[in-house]
Amino acid sequence: MHSTRVAAIIVAAISLVAGAVPVAALKIELPPESTTLRQGAGSDLAMRQCMTCHSADYVAIQPPGKPLAFWKAEVEKMKKVYGAPIPDAEIDPIAQYLTREYGDGK
Amino acid sequence: MDRDHSLTRRHVLRALGAGAAFGSATFRAIAADTITLPFANGQRPLAQYPQKRPLIVVTARPPQLETPFEVFNDSVVTPNDAFFVRYHLAGIPTSIEVDTYRINVKGKVSTPLSLSIADLKQMEAVEYYAVNQCSGNSRGFFEPRVAGGQLANGAMGNAKWRGVTLKSVLAKAGVQNGARQVKFDGLDTPVLPATPDFVKAIDVDHALDGEVMLAYAMNDADLPMLNGYPVRLIVPGWYGTYWVKHLTEITVLDGVLNDFWMATAYRIPDNTCACVPPGTAPATTVPIGRFDVRSFVTSVRDGGTVPAGKPFTLRGLAFDGGFGIRDVAVSADGGKTWTSAALGRELGKYSFREWQMTATLPAGTHDIKVRAVNSIGQSQPGEPLWNPAGYMRNVVETTRVNAV
Repeated sequence: MHSTRVAAIIVAAISLVAGAVPVAALKIELPPESTTLRQGAGSDLAMRQCMTCHSADYVAIQPPGKPLAFWKAEVEKMKKVYGAPIPDAEIDPIAQYLTREYGDGK
Repeated sequence: MDRDHSLTRRHVLRALGAGAAFGSATFRAIAADTITLPFANGQRPLAQYPQKRPLIVVTARPPQLETPFEVFNDSVVTPNDAFFVRYHLAGIPTSIEVDTYRINVKGKVSTPLSLSIADLKQMEAVEYYAVNQCSGNSRGFFEPRVAGGQLANGAMGNAKWRGVTLKSVLAKAGVQNGARQVKFDGLDTPVLPATPDFVKAIDVDHALDGEVMLAYAMNDADLPMLNGYPVRLIVPGWYGTYWVKHLTEITVLDGVLNDFWMATAYRIPDNTCACVPPGTAPATTVPIGRFDVRSFVTSVRDGGTVPAGKPFTLRGLAFDGGFGIRDVAVSADGGKTWTSAALGRELGKYSFREWQMTATLPAGTHDIKVRAVNSIGQSQPGEPLWNPAGYMRNVVETTRVNAV
């Protein structure tokens, strides 16, 4: 994430004129992220832990109405499989926040 | 109300156009508009990413972009600027110097290689059409719904790929006795060191089949950055998970790769249907492999209108895992009677195959179904099959039209 952002800024600073000639290098600028997690109890925690590796839309697009077990499994997968440094004590609060805002609300 | 999809016209970023500076090209992004996919929570922004037309944004980071389905009715070949994008890890390359780019071939080989793009272009070139399709294409239609990228049917595309065969590259390096698999790594990296890097492998016999390709051109142009510039692996007939982008390392192994992306992710139930009863877990799994058979109507959308009482043309496409489409049958009465459609020009066994037929329907609502069969007799199920990861959907599609 950080290198992507830095690269975008550098490229923005040097890109000057239009052209479609054969190139020795290709640079792109990704659009800025436009979504954030919904505000609510636990959203700060979720922002801090979840947004390191992916944008908020990865959460927001998930199937609606899923129960706590679905969201807890997702949070645990992020920790165990993808190595997210989420303390055990934060798993339930994050899962509860996600269920409240994006799941069945229970 | 969907508070998180706030990307609307008021957030439009006006691009200054493609820029070139110091011998490089810079492509910027523009965002505009939204679309609603036909399943619950299907609202998505449409945004224009670099070298792309406006596409459906599944996720912004890492970029996952779906092709709007109308594109598939425009042409049997999917334009580069409409081709879907799928990354797993957010550390993606945004700047690549082609002159210093190298593909290293190593592991159980006699002569390790470091190949430039110029080296590849001096080798004998091969070219063919092949469909790329995400394993989770159409995941959003699974019932019960499953976690993951919530895609409609647009995580697929058909392009003409040009490059060199993996076989010829491995022949230069000399595969040693005892080789079992070949693994592939590209420039994309995880954000956290603890996250497994995206590395995939195929068996050595598959790698040496003379078809698997290192592609440096897509539809007669450089690959777009987001589709793997400057070189990606093409594994025709196999799901996109194996089509490693920004390919930089080819390693011949004397064992079987057991990383997360092979041993845990991208696995399907170990049975002929790759399915389990909805909501259950498979006892045993295997890595996903070839595409199953799929077919679509493209000329009219679900809920669309056709003329009543006079002939009109129905058109669509079909494809499979590389055996070739033998027949496409269409039913306009919800599956009671079927008629074979005329198949379009064959662009190779890995390509989309167009079909079309003339239909005449009385006024009212009609369920149009389309079902393809490939040359070894594989077809499509009448009811959707289910697996926990939401892979390989290939149910006979139903397009409800209103004849007026």
